[in-house]
Parts: sequence; C-alpha cells; structure tokens
Amino acid sequence: MQSLYVPGTTHVHRAPAGVKLAVLALLGLALFATARLVVVAAAFVLVLAAGLLWARLPRRALLSQVRPVWIWLVALFGFHLLVTGPLVGAVAVLRLLTLVIAAAVVTATTRVTALVAVIEWLTSPLRVFGVRPGRIGLVIAMTLRFIPLVADRAARIREAQAARGADRVRPAMVVPLLVQVLRMATTVGEALDARGAGDVTARRPGRRAAVDSVRTT
Amino acid sequence: MKTKDLAYIALFAAIVAVLGLLPPVPVPGIPVPITAQTLGVMLAGSVLGARRGGLALLAFLAVVAVGLPVLSGGRGGLGVFVGPSAGYLYSWPIAAFVIGLLTQLFWRRYNLAWALVANLIGGLLVIYAIGIPFTSLYADIPLWTSFTGAFAFIPGDVVKAVAASLVAVAVHKAYPVIDLPTRRATAG
Repeated sequence: MQSLYVPGTTHVHRAPAGVKLAVLALLGLALFATARLVVVAAAFVLVLAAGLLWARLPRRALLSQVRPVWIWLVALFGFHLLVTGPLVGAVAVLRLLTLVIAAAVVTATTRVTALVAVIEWLTSPLRVFGVRPGRIGLVIAMTLRFIPLVADRAARIREAQAARGADRVRPAMVVPLLVQVLRMATTVGEALDARGAGDVTARRPGRRAAVDSVRTT
Repeated sequence: MKTKDLAYIALFAAIVAVLGLLPPVPVPGIPVPITAQTLGVMLAGSVLGARRGGLALLAFLAVVAVGLPVLSGGRGGLGVFVGPSAGYLYSWPIAAFVIGLLTQLFWRRYNLAWALVANLIGGLLVIYAIGIPFTSLYADIPLWTSFTGAFAFIPGDVVKAVAASLVAVAVHKAYPVIDLPTRRATAG
C-alpha cells in the first residue's frame, strides 16, 4: 500500500479537498438511503466515469482499491443470495463497490496535505477545549505515512520467519515487529521535536512546515 | 503531550489499519466478519495506556472517515459510521481507553493474567456492551437476538485477547512505553 495519490491537473484533481470530501460523504449517505438497483447502478457508472474519464486515473489506481474487497463482495452476495435474494445482494455489492471506488477517486486525486488541512479545519472549533488542530493534522499525516511502513515491516518479518521454517503467525513473531516500529515512532517524534514541531504547532506560522515534513505525496 | 506521543498514537492507528488489510473471515448469517482489527484495539490500550490508546483509535476512525478503505474488508468512508454495526466502531476508542486504564492500574505487577483481565474487560465486555444495544436499536431487533448474533464472535475474540496479552506482556518487558509510575515518582 504505497502512496495512493496520482498526480494530475484535471478538474477533479484541482477541486478543493473539502468539496471532494463533502461529495463523498453525501454519496455515502445517499447510497445507504436508497435500495433501488437503478439508482445505485447509475451512481456506480457516474463514479467510474468520474475516475477514469474525468480525472483520467489509470485503471489500476481504482482496481488496487477494489481488489482487497473482492472476497468480501462475493461473500456479501452469497449471503444475500441465501437469505434475502439476488436483487438485494446486487444492490449491497454495487453500493459497496461504488463507495470504495469513489473513495479511491478522492484519495488518488487529493494530496494528503490537502486532506489533512480539511480535518484541521473541521476540528478547529474544538480549540475552545484546548485541542490544537495542527497536532491532529500532524497525527493523521503520520498515520497515513505509517500504514505502508508498518505493512512493509510486517511483510519483511513474516518472510524472515518463513525463511527459518515458521509457517504460521504466532504472537512471538509480532513482538519484534512492534518493538521495531515503536522504536521508529520514537525516532520520528524526536526528529520532529528537533525540527521544532513541538512548539511551532502551538503557535502558528511554521505549522504547515511540520506537516509537510511527514507528508506522503 | 509530547511529539513522541503523537507519533505513538499515529503508529497504533496505522497498526489497526494494517490489521484491517488482512482478509476477514465471514461468519454465515451475520453481516459483520471476524477481523483482526480488535487485536489492534487491545494492543493500542495495552501498549500505550488509556489516553494515547483511545486517541490512537480516534485517529484511526478519522482516517476511515476521510475515505481510506482501511476497515477490514476494504470498507471505509463515512458510510460505515451509519450502518447497523457502527456501534462496534464507536466502541473501539472507548475500549482502548478502558484497556489502557486497567493496564496502567496493573502496570507494576503486569503479567499475562492481568493483561488478560484488562483485554477481556475492555476488548470484549466494553465492545459488546456498546455494539450489541446499538445494533438492536438501529435494526429494531430484540436485544436478545442481537446478543445471540454476537455470540459467534466470542470464541474468536477470546483468542485475540489471549494473543494480544501475550504480545503486550512481551512488549512490556522489551520496550515499555507506559512510564507513568516511575516518572511521577521522580518528578514528585
């Protein structure tokens, strides 16, 4: 799971991140409010067109997001086939597929820094309670960066253990992984402190620099 | 809260996300699959403690809400927060917080038994106490039906609690991140 952003200059790429997220949220609500196959199918076609034609994303940018859901979609359809019927199953599967692709389009066309800025904006009213939006943005930016990193470390440790003949994941294998990534997080925290992230986020002017230093795009 | 703590919070949010990339095990008849993600909830509380553990799960939910399909089965976006099983999602930060609180309480005599107590109370009791009534209210089904529906998950969750406890005890020895008692003693 590498950085999912696909650079581009289309209208979709240049649309404000807040607008894209709002559209995504509305789409999610609308899809769950309806159970009609025609409506969900129309939304599916529209989202697919927005991704492939309007944003000119490569097919694999969307496919890579759909692939992990595949088994889940088949299971969901099978479940509905047995319990409720093929029509409900088709709606449920198409709804999920549409949402995953829509999310993939937003993710692929929006820089992480822009997404983080939206969250900071959304959480800024919490300032009254002593919450610092800049630090929330920093945590989310770091989370996005850490996901591929942790996945990569996990794969490496699994391979190393497999090479020594271990065929199953056991708790004992998870410990070196956790220690490794905890140590890494400690280093990242210290590095950010050394660059002044600790106090600058509290005030204001250089805030963006702190987030940019860990951005993933 | 130091920058290092923010990094730990982000790290465990990422760990829960990576656990969600593992393929889920669907249970016939129940719309919620067995996932490894509650393992991450337990680990976040057990390793980071109450505040940071709870915040790690909040950060994870924020990443889900932003539209990243990091919930098991590739789910994500705001849709998952309105479904019948959303109560389980909302319970995660609270569960991690409770596990962290108990872990801090047991910190000086922390071993497998105490770790299990913390993870079973926080990782099973708290999650079910929030998730089951939520589903029952949302889908308008009797509490008992919702409870029997959740029953299929208990064996898997107990296994996860044991696994999380084994890992937590080992991490407690190898790289303890909770250091309240000693810090407080030297500061005071």
